[in-house]
Amino acid sequence: MHKKAMVIGGGIAGIQAALDLGEMGVETYLVEKGPSVGGRMAQLDKTFPTNDCAMCILSPKLVEVGSHPYVTIVSNAEVLSLEGSPCNFRVKVLKKPRYVDEDKCTGCGICMSKCPIKIPDPYNKGLSQTKCIRIPFPQAVPAIPIMDKETCRYHLTGKCRVCEKFCEVKAIDFEQKEQVLELEVGSVILACGSQEFNASLKNEYGYKLFPNVVTSIEFERILSASGPTSGHVVRPSDGKEPKRIAILQCVGSRETQAGNEHCSAICCMQAAKDAIITQEHLPEVQTAIFYMDVRAYGKGFDRFVDMAKEQHKTRFICGRIASVESNPHTDTLLIQYITQEGIINREEFDLLVLSVGLEPSESSMDAARRLVVFMDTRGFLETNTFRPVNTTRPGVFSCGSISGPKDIPESVMEASGAASAAAALLGELQSKEIRFEYPQELDIRGIPPRVGVFICRCGINIASTVDVPQVVEYVSRLPGVKHAQELLFACAQDSQKIIKAAIEEKGLNRIVVSACTPRTHEPMFQKTLKESGVNPYLFEFANIREQCSWVHQKEPEKATEKAKDLTRNSIVKVVFAEPLYKETLDVKKEALIIGGGLAGMTAALDLAEQNFQVHLVEKEKELGGNLRHVHTTLKGEESAPILKALDEEVNKNPRIKLYMNARIREISGYIGNFKTVLDPPLSEIEHGVVIIASGGEEYQPKEYLYGEDDRVVTQRELEDMLNGSDKSKLSSLATVVMIQCVGSRDDERTYCSRVCCSNAIKNAIKLKELNPRPAVYVLFRDIRTYGLKESFYRSAREKGIIFIRYDKEEKPDVHKNSNGLAVDVRDKILNKTLAINPDLLVLSAGIIPNPENKLLSQFLKVPLDPDGFFLEAHVKLRPVDFATDGVFVCGLAHYPKDIGETIAQARAAAGRAATVLSKDTIEAEGKVSYIREERCNGCGACVEVCVYNAIELDTEKRIATINEALCKGCGACAATCLASAIDLKGFRNEQILEALEAI
Amino acid sequence: MNKTVDNWEPKIVAFLCNWCSYAGADLAGVSRLQYPPNLRVIRVPCSGRINPLYIVKALQQGVDGVLVSGCHPGDCHYISGNLVARRKFALLKNFLAYLGIEPERVQFSWVSASEGSRFAALIEKVVDEVKELGPAKKLVKKGL
Repeated sequence: MHKKAMVIGGGIAGIQAALDLGEMGVETYLVEKGPSVGGRMAQLDKTFPTNDCAMCILSPKLVEVGSHPYVTIVSNAEVLSLEGSPCNFRVKVLKKPRYVDEDKCTGCGICMSKCPIKIPDPYNKGLSQTKCIRIPFPQAVPAIPIMDKETCRYHLTGKCRVCEKFCEVKAIDFEQKEQVLELEVGSVILACGSQEFNASLKNEYGYKLFPNVVTSIEFERILSASGPTSGHVVRPSDGKEPKRIAILQCVGSRETQAGNEHCSAICCMQAAKDAIITQEHLPEVQTAIFYMDVRAYGKGFDRFVDMAKEQHKTRFICGRIASVESNPHTDTLLIQYITQEGIINREEFDLLVLSVGLEPSESSMDAARRLVVFMDTRGFLETNTFRPVNTTRPGVFSCGSISGPKDIPESVMEASGAASAAAALLGELQSKEIRFEYPQELDIRGIPPRVGVFICRCGINIASTVDVPQVVEYVSRLPGVKHAQELLFACAQDSQKIIKAAIEEKGLNRIVVSACTPRTHEPMFQKTLKESGVNPYLFEFANIREQCSWVHQKEPEKATEKAKDLTRNSIVKVVFAEPLYKETLDVKKEALIIGGGLAGMTAALDLAEQNFQVHLVEKEKELGGNLRHVHTTLKGEESAPILKALDEEVNKNPRIKLYMNARIREISGYIGNFKTVLDPPLSEIEHGVVIIASGGEEYQPKEYLYGEDDRVVTQRELEDMLNGSDKSKLSSLATVVMIQCVGSRDDERTYCSRVCCSNAIKNAIKLKELNPRPAVYVLFRDIRTYGLKESFYRSAREKGIIFIRYDKEEKPDVHKNSNGLAVDVRDKILNKTLAINPDLLVLSAGIIPNPENKLLSQFLKVPLDPDGFFLEAHVKLRPVDFATDGVFVCGLAHYPKDIGETIAQARAAAGRAATVLSKDTIEAEGKVSYIREERCNGCGACVEVCVYNAIELDTEKRIATINEALCKGCGACAATCLASAIDLKGFRNEQILEALEAI
Repeated sequence: MNKTVDNWEPKIVAFLCNWCSYAGADLAGVSRLQYPPNLRVIRVPCSGRINPLYIVKALQQGVDGVLVSGCHPGDCHYISGNLVARRKFALLKNFLAYLGIEPERVQFSWVSASEGSRFAALIEKVVDEVKELGPAKKLVKKGL
């Protein structure tokens, strides 16, 4: 039995899976085919629907996965074979040569700056140039260059070796060979992702023929501040700012001639995002998006599209581009398109962006073949709706777009779900604390500061601009400094030995390193301090590379002065530093799960399988929630046997305690230590985490004669009829009308309920299968069969189901007349109002949030979104977490979603919960706020600004109290307190004010 | 501090939040974007940590300009610390105006981790504007 796991693919899904496994104490190999982890997300400019900067939110994850003690990144490598059985796999991994020794390289980048060979930069999609030996992008992890053998002058001609000459640590290795690693693991997660459709295959749009036709991912680089034009939006032909931009959707998606049948699920929102961002760059720009359906099916998506339309002047044109011509003199594009009304228009644009779809990549299909897991006919991994993160091979799981196109949060959810499943397979996890043996810490009380200062030359990165010996000479005379020296590379292993020796010989008790950025290197030096018995918070970093030598290359004297100032400031700050200790708190290894629907049951079983005690609370008398009304999935899988099996498993599992007909009366406490009172029974449960799986409800229509006429039903009622005894009644129908978006996407509820289009299509197909005779009309606004669901939309149309688009402003009119029920709807294509007399009118009623969410949100102090669903900590990267630690969300409580998505999210919530429950104790942050009680007058201003609910007002003593376990160390409370009663450890007022004195 | 007019160079203190603006400054370095060397950066966890007193203190120390930069609204690593900062600085601006401090001396901005060029351009602009104003003397304590 190997308590190890392997994640194949280092995109955002793979990174998340590896981090979750690592946090659960599972040693994990993260195998990435490229030179750096990060995947496609690293190339995005912003992310929808919040326009968060992609790199801002990704790079902390990159650093975390790169430095996690339980995660080993194997980059530039691919898996060759997988033998054995679950818990006992043997994996062969081919590690390709980088021609750089990963152990020796410090990532200084000198090789890259000296290499004479320029090549197109793959990171920027070839829109700019990089060097033959290069660090793939500035935030790359590992930050080690890779040499392109095909273009390397030495490899081609036997002469050059410039990089080798300049590399001070002798890391260049022209003779590096392929290596086959044999690794033993217990479970495997496939997260190899997808690739973009090759737009050259659709040559009618002029890609690669005309300079001003670019793909959406190329445009993403053009928008990015770190892209080829530093974020200046210009068109490739002449470098001028475009005034008119066309974005064409579904290039390589939803069509079979040269592309793919499926919908790529992300492009509609990406286009809306690009339109908004472009307009922010260029206020005068006019953007037109040519679409088939606007698929804004996620949380906040419809509002985002409305924002693009209303605030950013984006035109959404329902229609296809028929032809593209380029004016050879101006490179301006003449685009001919047909609107849905059938009108042919010709319009000039300066730039055309092709929204290229996602398809299975060669490398992911290769990996699937080598691991012997099944793919569907398209090449995506085959999964079952009820087992969304399982592949066809036991012990091998999947996440992300390898099993179908999906956006970042869904990939991240699946990643946490797959990690949970992979960990559950490995059985009970030892709560292995990540501990290293450190010597007894020096007691510095009463000992005057003895500061050691180490100034890094970083090869020539710093030393060629900053006069390092002069800085050393200067700081050695400053008060408190007992030792100052320069180092060639402060981060190198032998430098750590030098620092340790100096600490010992000179009795140093505080350390300053002047080198690169603390954001990447601080933890490493702190470890060196710990190994020398010095508290790691008696350390300061001065950034004299990124923020000095590199940005003042032409002003060496002033740069040297600045380096002195920055180092002096750090010395002052460290002199006033205090040793800090992280609070630890015990974890009650039990979970409370609120809601016994599909999400709650799934999460409960996952946690129970990992040997954690679960308390499952359901307000009704039976388990199952909304799943009791879903008879089949879109793919045709029966849900009743699954529900029955789940119900039995939950009931008989000794680690799951069920509370039926029960409600939450009170919840108090915090991560690791919650206390909840249920009713009934009126008893208190202690638990370490909470999972909210409170579900949602079907909207009860007030419109379209629902409740007034028996012939008007909801989709759920139709599904009950289709699967019940009423089936015979349905076979006599002649005309059926379905109306979409009932109670969704209107002024009262602006969101899309996500599942109704697929549900309507599922039921319409079933009706046709029962009896092909009746005419079935689906009146829709946009058909949102995103991702692989698109094939069912196609098959519905093939079966003769008629789809008619209506506008929000011109909803269908339903009334009764002499012929019975009458539905009038305006058909835009025919430009006529159609009068239909259905025997059955089916309303696709939306999903509304559980009305009890509000109360739960108050109990747990977690927020709801404007629609009443729970609002997660971060829509992209923390889709099941809250800012409040130890509380997780899944299922319809979060947002409407289908069965597979619900299960994936439930498993994700269980996985995230397990990262807490698998630990005996939790370490809080070291740099947290603290209260000086004698100064506090209990005004409560700090309570207001703390988003983590870490501060409470003790009403009796009239003072604020801080729960260090919950404090994240932002310091907003400290800056807000008018009485200076709160301060932030590590950034104390005294430290900052003294540093300012020394400026 | 050298305040003779001939070779006067302004000294500017920048409070940068760790997660966005400090990272943006790092990216400017990685991208080798050149900007004037007048800046002295003080790293803080979040712009919300910055007590308005720090800015006043910097001016008292004879610093000629202060820049405060955090994450863009909505991007805050601590969810809304930058908005807490924004409220404080709106008030501080009024106070400084009341004292007669020119608005260009104390500037607030948002710089994300990917906006290296924006950071460099911002520093260029702040340094130019403070140079234009000349040395700050208003709050400088006697004897400095």
